[in-house]
Amino acid sequence: MDKKVTAIIDKYDADRGQLISMLQDIQAEFHYLPREALIQVSETMGIPLSKVYSVATFFKAFSLKPRGRHLINVCLGTACHVRGASKVLEQIERSLDISRGETTNDFKFTLETVNCMGCCALGPVVNIDGEYFGQISAGKVDSILNKYS
Amino acid sequence: MITISIDGQELKAKEGQTILEIARENGIYIPTLCYHENLSPYGACRLCCVEIFKGGRSRIVASCLYPVEEGLEVKTNSPHIINNRKMIMELLLARCSQNEVIKKLASEMGVEQSAFKAKYLENEDCILCGLCVRACEQIVERSAISLVNRGVNREVAPPFLEPSADCIGCGSCAYVCPTGAIKMEDKDGTRVVYARNWEKEFKLKKCKKCGNYWAPEEQLEYIREKLNLPPDFFDVCPNCRESVP
Amino acid sequence: MEKIKSLQDLEAFRNSIAEKRKVGKPCIAICSGAGCLALGARGIINATIKEIERQKLKAKVDIKTTGCPGFCEQGPLVIIYPQNILYTHVKVKDVAEIISKTVINGEIVDRLLYTDPTTGEKFIHESEIPFYKKQRRLLLGNNSNIDPNNIEDYLALGGYSALAKALFEMTPEQVTEEVKRSGLRGRGGGGFPAGRKWESCHNAPGEPKYVIANCDEGDPGAFMDRALTEGNPHSVLEGLIIAAYAIGSHEGYIYVRNEYPVAVENATIAIKQAEKLGFLGKDILGSGFDFTVRINRGGGAFVCGESTALMASLEGKIGEPRAKYIHTVERGLWDKPSNLNNVETLANVPLIINKGADWFNGIGTEGSKGTKIFSLVGKVNNTGLVEVPMGITLREVIYDVGGGIKDGKKFKGVQTGGPSGGVIPESMLDIPVDFDELTKAGSMMGSGAMIVMDEDTCMVDTAKYFLTFLEEESCGKCVPCREGIKRMRQILDDITEGKGKEKDIELLERISATLKDTALCALGTTAANPVLSTLRYFKDEYEAHIKQKRCPAGVCKALIQYYIIDEKCVGCRLCEKACPVEAITFMGKKKPVILDQSKCIKCGICKDVCKLGAVGVK
Ligand SMILES: Cc1cc2nc3c(=O)[nH]c(=O)nc-3n(C[C@H](O)[C@H](O)[C@H](O)COP(=O)(O)O)c2cc1C
Ligand code: SF4
Ligand code: SF4
Ligand code: FES
Repeated sequence: MDKKVTAIIDKYDADRGQLISMLQDIQAEFHYLPREALIQVSETMGIPLSKVYSVATFFKAFSLKPRGRHLINVCLGTACHVRGASKVLEQIERSLDISRGETTNDFKFTLETVNCMGCCALGPVVNIDGEYFGQISAGKVDSILNKYS
Repeated sequence: MITISIDGQELKAKEGQTILEIARENGIYIPTLCYHENLSPYGACRLCCVEIFKGGRSRIVASCLYPVEEGLEVKTNSPHIINNRKMIMELLLARCSQNEVIKKLASEMGVEQSAFKAKYLENEDCILCGLCVRACEQIVERSAISLVNRGVNREVAPPFLEPSADCIGCGSCAYVCPTGAIKMEDKDGTRVVYARNWEKEFKLKKCKKCGNYWAPEEQLEYIREKLNLPPDFFDVCPNCRESVP
Repeated sequence: MEKIKSLQDLEAFRNSIAEKRKVGKPCIAICSGAGCLALGARGIINATIKEIERQKLKAKVDIKTTGCPGFCEQGPLVIIYPQNILYTHVKVKDVAEIISKTVINGEIVDRLLYTDPTTGEKFIHESEIPFYKKQRRLLLGNNSNIDPNNIEDYLALGGYSALAKALFEMTPEQVTEEVKRSGLRGRGGGGFPAGRKWESCHNAPGEPKYVIANCDEGDPGAFMDRALTEGNPHSVLEGLIIAAYAIGSHEGYIYVRNEYPVAVENATIAIKQAEKLGFLGKDILGSGFDFTVRINRGGGAFVCGESTALMASLEGKIGEPRAKYIHTVERGLWDKPSNLNNVETLANVPLIINKGADWFNGIGTEGSKGTKIFSLVGKVNNTGLVEVPMGITLREVIYDVGGGIKDGKKFKGVQTGGPSGGVIPESMLDIPVDFDELTKAGSMMGSGAMIVMDEDTCMVDTAKYFLTFLEEESCGKCVPCREGIKRMRQILDDITEGKGKEKDIELLERISATLKDTALCALGTTAANPVLSTLRYFKDEYEAHIKQKRCPAGVCKALIQYYIIDEKCVGCRLCEKACPVEAITFMGKKKPVILDQSKCIKCGICKDVCKLGAVGVK
C-alpha cells in the first residue's frame, strides 16, 4: 500500500493544496480511505493527522469504511425529488436490506445518495459504477440490480 | 487612531482591532462563547452579534471578527440583537438541555426554556465552539484533536476517535472549554483527559524529591525536546527545584 | 502542433484548419452530455463507429461526440451535418439506417424527427423547434458543433480571438472597463457585477493574485455549468485567461465538483491542448503575458461553492466558510487577492470582448444583461437546458420554451434559486427573468435551476426537502445554521406527519429571522427562503397539513392512502407481484384486487406499475 500512496503524493508534488485530490485518488485506488494511508499522508506531508482526518470526514465523497464492489448512487437532487427519487431509494434499501450509506454484508453493493448529478432532465437518476440509469421508478429497481454480480 | 461609537459612547480604536476588542477594553459587555483573547477569532457561536450602522443602513455582524473603521456606529443591545441572541440561546439550550453552564447563560438572557418539543431536546455538553481545537493547535501546537464530520454530525475528536499520539495530556482543551465538555482528572499517578466520545490516559511523572506526581510524562518530554533541556531536567518538580538553593 | 507565438501565427493556424475542413465531409454529431449518456448515447457512439467501419466509410464520414445542446428529454440526440438534421430518441438499431439513408443519400428518417406533442408537427432542424425558438443560445449554441476534446473545433469557430484581441489591442484596464460597461453580473448566484470585482482585485495590494473558476455547481437541480465545462471547456478557459490578464494574475484554478468526472476530464484535456498551442503558459501568443491553470476537484460538499469555503478547500482544508468582512478580492486564497467567478460568467467574457459591451448590454433588462441558462426540469414537458435573454417572463420560459406542464396537469409553482431561493406561484408568472425582480418575489436567480411543480407537488414537502438538503450540507460551524436548520426540519417533519401545531409557523418564522440575521455565510442566511416563500404563497397547504391533517397534493406519506379504483382494475396482477409487503390480494381474473391498508407501507410501487391508472392516492 505505501508505495501506491507514495506515488499518489508524488503525483501532486506533495502540494498541500492538493490534499483533497490526493485523498480522491487514494479512495479511487482502494475504494475507501485506509487508516494507514491517512497516517502516511499525514507523515509525508507534515500535516497533523487530526487535520487529515477532519478533511477525510468532512467531504461526502470519502469513506473510511471499505465499500462494496458496486457503488450505487441515488440522486436526490430537486428535479429527481419532485419526480419521486425517494421512492426509488426506499425500494433499493428494501431490496438490498441496507440503508443509505451502508454496504451489503457480502460487499456486493454500497448504497450512497448524492444531491444532484446534473442529469436533472432525466430524473429520477441512479448511477451504478459510473453508469447512469435515467427515468427510473421504484418498479424498475430490481431488474437493474439483477444485472450486477 | 480612529473613532467609533458603541451604544452612543465615542471610543478611540486602533486600525485592525475588532469591535469586540474595543468593547472589552472599555468595559462594554458583549456575550461570547467561542472567543478567547489568546486565540484567533472564529465566529461560530454568533452570540457576539451586534448591529452596525453605515451609510444609513444597518447590518448585523459578529463583533469578534468585524474590524473597526472610522465613524462606525455600533449597537450592542438593540431589541433586534436581543431577539437574535435569545434565539441562539434557545437553540443551544435545545442541544445542551442539561448543561448547567448553558442553562445559566440562557437564564441570564431571559431564556428559561427553548420552544422546541421535548422529544427533540438533546443532551450534549459540547457546543462546537472550537476553543479546544484552537488552543491545541495555536497554543500547544500539537493539533491532537480537530472538528470532525460535517454539519449536524460534527464533533470534537482525536483521529479515529482513539487516543491520539499527538496528545501530551496538557489539559489545555479542558481549561479552555466553556461548558465542561472536556474534562481532566489526576488520580494515583495517572491523568485522564476525556470527553464523552474519547479519552486518553497518561502516566504522571513522580518528583524525585518530594514524591508528588506533578505532570504527564509525555508533556514534559515534549517541553524538554522543544526547549532543548537536559534529560534529567524534569526529574524534580518546580516546587522542589525552587527550594534548592 | 507547434506553439503559436504571434497574432499572425494564430490566424495562419486558424486558416489551415479552415482549409482542412473545406472539403465538407458529412458529419454525424452524437451528443455525449450526461443526459444523453444516461439514455444510452455510449451505445449509439459505439454502434456508429462500428457501422462506419463496416460500410467502409471511414474516409468519407466524420463522427463527432459533442456536448449537450440542452434538449435532454429527447435524447439520445444525433445531428447530421451539413444538412443540420436533428434526430431524437435514437436507438442502436437506428444507426445503420441513419448512415445509409441520411448520411449517404440525404434522405430523412421521418420516425426519428422531433414531433411536437401537442400539434403532432414534425421538425427537421433544431432552430425551428418551439423549444429553441425563444431561446438565445449565445453560450450553449456551439455545444453541438464542437468536440470538446478538440481545440481545433473551437478555433474553427473563432475561438481564442477574444483573447488575442484583449492581449494585443487592449490594456488590462480597457478589458475591465469593457466588462464593467457590458453590465455582466455574476451567474453563480449573487449577481455581483463582474467588472467591478475584477477591478477591486486588480487594485488590491499583494502578489501573487489568483483567479478561480467556480464549477462546483452544488445547487441540486442545476447543470448548466456542467454542460459548459463538459461541452465547451475552451470558452470557459478563454474567459478565465482574459480575466487573469485584466486582473494581473498569473495563476488560476478551476474548481470542479467531484460528481462531474467528465467535466474534470474535458477541462484537463482542454488545458493540455491550450498549453501545447501557447494559449496558456509563458508568453501567451508572444504577448509577454504568463498564465497557468490547474484543476482542483471538490470532495462532495455544497458549501464549497461558497467563495471562502472554496478557497479553504483549495488550501487542502475542510470547506468551512469564514467571515468576509475583508473581501476575498483583497485576502482570499493563501491570504492573497483572489477573484472567483462562476463558469457561466466566464463563458460570457469572450463574447463581450469580441462583440463589445454595447452589443451585450443591448440584450436583457435595465439591471440584468445578456442571457441566462436555466435547467428547466420537474413537471414540464420539455426538460433540459435553456438559454434565454434576460427579461423574458417565467411564463414564456415554462409554456413557450418548456411546452407547458406534463400530462395536462395544473401548474402550481416554479422553484428558482435552489436552496437559497423560493417557489413562485402562478399569479406571478409574468415577472421577468431578472436578478432584482426574482429577489423581490422572495426567490433568487441563483445559479439557474428552474424546477416546475404541478398540483402533485406538495409545498410543505418541498420546503422540507430543501431543509433536509441544507441540514446535510451545512458545514456545521455556526450555531444558527447548524442548530436552526435542524430544528426547522424537525418542525416540518411534524407538520408533514400530521403532528404540526399552529404555533409551529410562528416558531419557523422566528428561527428564520435569526438565520437570516446571524448565520456566518450565505448558505445559512438564505436557508430559510424555501420555507418563507412557501409560507408566503402557499400557506393554505401548511394549514391543510396542520388543521385538517391532509396533504392536498397526495405526497406526505403519513397523511395519504393508496387505493384501488375498482372500475378501472382488471385484476392483471402486476401490482400484486410488485408490492414488496404483499398488501395486495388477487381476487380472480377481471375482478379488482384488494389493497390491505394495514399492511401498506405507502411505497407507491403499485401506482407506478399499474398500466391502467387503477391505483389512486388520496
Ligand atoms: C452555499 C453556497 C454555495 C454556492 N455554490 C456555488 C456554485 O456551486 N457555483 C458558483 O458559481 N457559485 C456558487 N456560490 C456563489 C459563490 O460564492 C460566488 O459568489 C460565485 O462563485 C462568484 O462568481 P460570480 O460573481 O461569477 O457569480 C455559492 C454560494 C454559497 C453561499
Ligand atoms: S469541547 Fe468545549 S471547547 Fe471544545 S468545542 Fe466543545 S464546547 Fe468548545
Ligand atoms: S451558515 Fe452554515 S454553512 Fe455557513 S458557516 Fe455557518 S454553519 Fe457553515
Ligand atoms: S464570539 Fe463571535 S461568534 Fe462566537
